[in-house]
Amino acid sequence: MSFEIKSSGEAYDVIIVGSGAGGGMASKILSEAGLSVAVLEAGGDFDPAKEEDRTQLRPPWESPRRGGGTRIRPFGDFDQAIGGWDIEGEPYTRGEGTSFDWFRSRMVGGRTNHWGRISLRFGPNDFKRRSIDGMGDDWPIGYDELKPYYDKVDKLIGVFGSKEGIYNEPDGFFLPPPKPRLHELFIMKGAKKANMPVIPGRLSMLTRPINNERGVCFFCNQCNRACQAYADFSSGTCLIKPAMAKGKVDLYTMAMVRTVTTDDSGNATGVSYISKADMKEYKLRARVVVLGASACESARIMMNSKSKTHPNGVGNSSGMVGRYLHDSTGADRMGIMPDLIDRERYNEDGVGGMHVYTPWWLDNKKLDFARGYHIEYWGGMGMPSYGIGFSMDTMRKHLKDEFGNPSPNGGYGEGLKKDIRRLYGSTLGMSGRGESIPRFSNYCEIDNNVVDKYGIPVLKFHYKWTDQEIKQAKHMQDTFEEILTESGAVLLGKKPGADTMYGLAAPGRIIHEVGTTRMGNNASTSVLNSNCQAHDCKNLFVVDAGPFVSQADKNPTWTILALAWRTSDYIVDQLKKKNI
Amino acid sequence: MNRRENLKLLFTGSLASGFLLTHCSPKDKELDYSPKITGGTPGGRTQEEILRDQKLLSETFFTDEERKKLDVLVDIIMPAGDDSGSATEAGVPDFIEFMMKDYPAYQTPMRGGLMWLDNYSDDTYGKKFLELSEKEKMEVIDLIAWPEKASDDMKGGVMFFNMLRNLTSTGYFTSEIGFKYLGYKGNTPNAWDGVPNEVLKKHGFEYPEKYLAVYLKPEERGQIAQWDDEGNLIG
Repeated sequence: MSFEIKSSGEAYDVIIVGSGAGGGMASKILSEAGLSVAVLEAGGDFDPAKEEDRTQLRPPWESPRRGGGTRIRPFGDFDQAIGGWDIEGEPYTRGEGTSFDWFRSRMVGGRTNHWGRISLRFGPNDFKRRSIDGMGDDWPIGYDELKPYYDKVDKLIGVFGSKEGIYNEPDGFFLPPPKPRLHELFIMKGAKKANMPVIPGRLSMLTRPINNERGVCFFCNQCNRACQAYADFSSGTCLIKPAMAKGKVDLYTMAMVRTVTTDDSGNATGVSYISKADMKEYKLRARVVVLGASACESARIMMNSKSKTHPNGVGNSSGMVGRYLHDSTGADRMGIMPDLIDRERYNEDGVGGMHVYTPWWLDNKKLDFARGYHIEYWGGMGMPSYGIGFSMDTMRKHLKDEFGNPSPNGGYGEGLKKDIRRLYGSTLGMSGRGESIPRFSNYCEIDNNVVDKYGIPVLKFHYKWTDQEIKQAKHMQDTFEEILTESGAVLLGKKPGADTMYGLAAPGRIIHEVGTTRMGNNASTSVLNSNCQAHDCKNLFVVDAGPFVSQADKNPTWTILALAWRTSDYIVDQLKKKNI
Repeated sequence: MNRRENLKLLFTGSLASGFLLTHCSPKDKELDYSPKITGGTPGGRTQEEILRDQKLLSETFFTDEERKKLDVLVDIIMPAGDDSGSATEAGVPDFIEFMMKDYPAYQTPMRGGLMWLDNYSDDTYGKKFLELSEKEKMEVIDLIAWPEKASDDMKGGVMFFNMLRNLTSTGYFTSEIGFKYLGYKGNTPNAWDGVPNEVLKKHGFEYPEKYLAVYLKPEERGQIAQWDDEGNLIG
C-alpha cells in the first residue's frame, strides 16, 4: 500500500473536525457569517430522508436478527448510530483496575442520529457547583451568559416541554408536549404519593413545525432510527445539510483526523487526516481550526499534535487535556404492573422517548452525597423487537388465572403463547441519570504502545467511581423501589446492592462523557478560556462537550449546542477584529 | 438459487470487490456492493455490514437432521391455534438458523442441547428423539420445560430449553403472524392524543387539569410555532 502525504492547495477560513452537535452548529453559524468551511467526518455520509438510508417504520422481520444488536449497532439493528463501544481497527485501552467504555459514531451527524433527544438546559446552580458544595470547580461563565443561546437553540431546533418555573430547570421556548401514556399516568400517581415531581418531558422533537424545511412528528417512537421527515433533531439533517445548501461548506467524509498542524509561532495552520477510502494522508489548511470530534476524540487529536512549540500536544501546556473526564451516573430498575396485564390495544407509540420525567427534587444538604439526578421512565406497548418473549422461565409466574392461581414458570404451547400476549405492555421501568464529581485523577491519555489501523496512537482511560457516585446510585435504587411500589407495580429482579455499586453503570456507559478540555480563567488549570479558545493556541477552538467544567444532571447536548453557537459568534467577532 | 451458488456469487462478486477497495483509489468506488442474497437488513448499512449479513446468510449452521428436530421443537413451543399460525409458519427456524451465526455463543449450547435430546431418548426409549411417539416426545419435553419442577440432573436440559423458548418466542412475536396474534397497533404515522377515553376511565385516570391547555392539540399540528418574548406560544 502506498503512503503519501497530499496537500490540498485550497485554504479554508475554518476547518471543523466532527459533524455532531458541536461541529454541526459551528458549521451553520460560521458559514452563515460568510466564511468558507470544511467539515471533516470520520464516517460516511448519512441522510435518513434517502430511501437507501431509511430504517424508520421497518418492522422487525426486515432484519434477519429481528432488530437485535450487533457489534457496530449495539442498540439494535435499526438504530442509527454506526460505531459502538468496540470499533474494528479503532481500539482504546484502560489503566489497570479502572474502567471506561467509549461509545463512538462514525457517520455524518455523529451520535445525534440516535440519541434520546432529552434536551435540558443547565440551570444557574449547574455552573457554580464549587461555590455551592466545595467540590470540583465553577465554570468561568454562568447561566446568564448562555441563556440567550439556549433561547436561540430552542427556536432554531425545537423542543417540547412545559413552563414550570423551577429555579435550576430553566424554562425555554417550548413546543406543546404530548399527553402521557398509560404507564406514565401510573408513575405520576405513584410519584405523587412519594412526594416527587413528574413533569412533561423536554425532548427535541417537533410536535409542531418550526419552519417549512422540516416536517412534524408522526409519533412512530423511532427517533433512534433518525427521522425521514427531519422531525427530530440530528446534526446532519438540521445543521450540516442546511449549512451546505446555503453556505460555502465542503464536507469531507471518511476523514480520520490525526493532528492539528501548527506553525513555528504555535498557531494552528490546519489538520492532517487519513482518508479511510484510500488509506492516504492528506493535509488541509485554514485560518481557524475548530474541534468537535467528541470530548475524548478531540483530546486525543490535541495530545497527538506535538511540535516544538507544543511538546505535550497543542492546547496542552497546562497538562490538563484529557483530565477531568467524567460521565453521568446511571442506574435502572424495572417492575411489572398487574393492572396492565391483559390491557386494551391501541397505538401507544408516541414520540421516541418519555412523555414525562422527574427533574432533581431534593436538597443535597440533607443527603450523604453531592449533586442530583433526574429520572427517565419507560414502558408501554412499543413495537416488538428481538428480546420480546424472553425470560418466561422467571416472568410467567406474574400471570394469574381467573381463580388467582399463578402460571407456572417456563412451559410451552398455547398457554405460553397466550401468556406472552397477556404480559405485553405490562412491564415498566426507570433510569436515573446523575451528576458525578469531576476529578483530576479520572482521565484519558495517549497510549504510546498502541496505534489504531490508521497508525494514530490511541487513548488509554483511567477512571474510577468514588463514594459520591456510589451513594447516589444507592439513593436512586431506594427511590426507584418507592415509585414503583407506590404506583402499584411489583418489583422485578433483585435490588442491586453494594456488591454491584447499586447497579451503577460503568463510566462511559451513559455516553455523556465531558470535561477533557475544560474551560477556565486560569491557564495552568484549564485548557480553554471562557470562549472555548485554547489558552496556548489562539486560533484553535473546541465545540464538543470537552469544554464542560462539570456535567450537570442534565443531558449534555443542549449545552453543547448553545456553547458551540456562542463560540462560533466569538470566532466571527475575532476574525473581524483581526485578532486571529 | 441454492446456497452453494449464492456462495460462489458472493465470493466472485461483492466480497472480492470489497477486498479490492482497500487497495485502490476512491475513484474506483463505482463497483457494485449491493447485496446478492436477499434477507440482509436494509437502511444505511456500511459495506462491512452488508458483507457480514451476506456471509452469514450464505452459511448453514444446522444439519438436515438438526433442522428437522428444530422444526418439531419450535412448533411444540409455539403451536398453531384457532386464531394464529405456528412457529414454523412464522419463519422461526430460519431466524434461529441466522442467530446461531450472528451470535456464535449460541452454537454449542444449541448443538449440544439437540444432541442431548437424542442421547436421553436413546438411553430411555432406545430411539432417537424424532423417532419417539408424540406421547414419548412430550414426556421428554416435560422433564426440561418447567424449571421449578425439573430434577437436578435435568438442569442442563432446562437451560437448553430456556434458550430455545426465548429464541422461539422472540422469533414468533417479531414475525407478521406474531404481530397479528399480539394485536400490536403501532409503527404507522398517526397523531397521538393520549390514552383513549374508555381506557383512561377503566383505570381511573384523568389527564391533570393543570396541563390540559399545555398538551399538544392534534388540530394544531400544521401551524408553525411562534412565541412571545417570554416563551409563551402565541401562534
